[in-house]
Amino acid sequence: MILSLVEHAGGRPEETSLEALTLARELATATDAALEAVAFGAESAALGEKIGDYGVETLHHVGDERLDTYAPEAWAESIAQLLDATDPEAVVAPGTDRGQEVLAHVGARRDLPMAANCLDVEAGDVYELSRQRWGGSLVEHACLDSDTKLVTVAEHEFSPETAAEPTDTSVQPFEPSLDESAFRVTVDRVEESDETGVSLGEARVVVGGGRGVGDPEDYDKLETLADSLSGTVGASRAAVNEGWRPHDDQIGQTGTKISPDLYVACGISGAVQHMVGCKGADNILAINTDPEAAIMQKADYAVVGDLHEVVPELNDALADER
Amino acid sequence: MDTVACIKRVPDTGAKLTLTDDEQEIDTSHLGFTISPHEECAVEEAIQVADDHDGTATVMSLGSVDADEQLRTGLAMTADEATLLETDGEEWRPRETAAALADALSADSGTDPEFDLLLFGNESADVANHQVGVRVAERLDMPFVAGVSDLTIEDGIAVAERDVTGGTEVYELDLPAAVGVKEGLNQPRYASMRAKMQARKQSIGRQDPVAGEFDGGIEKVRLEAPESTEGAAEVLGEGPDAVPAVVDLLRDDLEVI
Ligand SMILES: Cc1cc2nc3c(=O)[nH]c(=O)nc-3n(C[C@H](O)[C@H](O)[C@H](O)COP(=O)(O)OP(=O)(O)OC[C@H]3O[C@@H](n4cnc5c(N)ncnc54)[C@H](O)[C@@H]3O)c2cc1C
Repeated sequence: MILSLVEHAGGRPEETSLEALTLARELATATDAALEAVAFGAESAALGEKIGDYGVETLHHVGDERLDTYAPEAWAESIAQLLDATDPEAVVAPGTDRGQEVLAHVGARRDLPMAANCLDVEAGDVYELSRQRWGGSLVEHACLDSDTKLVTVAEHEFSPETAAEPTDTSVQPFEPSLDESAFRVTVDRVEESDETGVSLGEARVVVGGGRGVGDPEDYDKLETLADSLSGTVGASRAAVNEGWRPHDDQIGQTGTKISPDLYVACGISGAVQHMVGCKGADNILAINTDPEAAIMQKADYAVVGDLHEVVPELNDALADER
Repeated sequence: MDTVACIKRVPDTGAKLTLTDDEQEIDTSHLGFTISPHEECAVEEAIQVADDHDGTATVMSLGSVDADEQLRTGLAMTADEATLLETDGEEWRPRETAAALADALSADSGTDPEFDLLLFGNESADVANHQVGVRVAERLDMPFVAGVSDLTIEDGIAVAERDVTGGTEVYELDLPAAVGVKEGLNQPRYASMRAKMQARKQSIGRQDPVAGEFDGGIEKVRLEAPESTEGAAEVLGEGPDAVPAVVDLLRDDLEVI
């Protein structure tokens, strides 16, 4: 049996969990094993209606009301007890903050190794897998040798696919024994962000500024460009380190991953850690004084020139377009 | 209040990742090394919390003797102490690393950890296994939260925030506690030249790491640098003269106007 962790919001599965289910089903099919799922909170019972399309035969529904709030150790302890009871060949979780954290706790509790951010897994006595290193700039091919294999799936690397034939998911309550200590870490409250406007991760157009922008005031030009394209402004780590932009604006391995229709990279050299954050962009336009800059090989379009001249001229031209 | 930040030495790669011929590592012959961004924030936070609460900040690393360089960066940032769990430079796997760190962190203190706050980067920049912090915390029986973007210490409690879609989740952990932090938590200070000179003279504690025995595990076979399929960008022109071509592109081909 292959067990997959499903995260949900009010009984609707998260996209990343459907991605994980897709990989889990491939494993199950390859080994002729059953695909089962585990989910937490009272509302998770409703998932039964939704994940049959993905081939899930059984949903282990942990409905303990204390689990309506996320508590990583309680989730992990429940999964660990479910392993004891059902002995799956593998547990597959999404490569989210929660997925990584919970599966790592399971690994620690049952002394099992874990492979994080996998792209592809081939079943066998020993799993042959590929996984992301360097935020996705490098791929590691590795073997995972363990009685129960713990695997997390890299986010947004492939689209979820439903099974050829939908299944009727049977929903089975699972009641782990959890003492209070399993709830020592729990979400105390959720604070909503008061940010308005398009978020970097979701923007259709992003105008990024790097060290080449030179000072914080000159981002005004990029803001104007972003506004006229209904987009938002981002930055490189060099610009954030200079204190020109907040870290929330940083694009890259240790910042935000963007996936716009268009990314305009101004005064950015094209370091791998930056580019891994914008590999989801459909088109990249680079504006850079240096025709030899690495970004010239990585962008689709380029203007060789000083952004302080090109961007204002472009802003004027776009104003005339309207 | 004493703090410990666990850090890793990683290559400071730039425009291109080149592998060694045996595909086992990044070719670092032309590269410098650094502390990864998440962990720089862990060090900064460790120092600030220790300063605010009259404690000691320690930086700890498991790695070859070369990792002294990163520990000295931590000292130059004004961490009080540095400890190296010295290896022969081979890549250690996460369970082994966590066991060795936990052993070192509990060794001189019996059962009760001597520190109040233990910080990790959310994931290492290079291998990114996403688990060493959790495994250490479990071994030391401390509460742990990953993905921390904001941290406040008040009255024996660590208030940790984690970004989620549309807001933040807030966790309250009784100290001693452990966290995995992300870049953006704070603005790490630049060490002054003077501080760097002084750090060179400070001593670094050395210990032999105790790995323990584990069945199975994850074994690297080889690395692969994904080839970018794209060739050179199409150059639309030079300087402001290129603007009409850019406008055409935006309007007709990309349809973003
Ligand atoms: C572990 C790790 C994680 C990292 N994570 C990230 C990350 O998340 N995001 C990130 O961005 N970086 C990250 N980095 C840093 C990364 O390696 C680079 O140092 C950084 O991206 C460089 O930023 P930059 O391109 O703005 O600056 P530079 O590399 O200095 O490039 C500036 C560019 O601007 C051009 N330029 C200068 N003046 C002008 C002008 N007037 N007009 C037009 N062009 C001009 C120059 O030709 C040059 O190409 C990380 C590094 C490490 C080691």
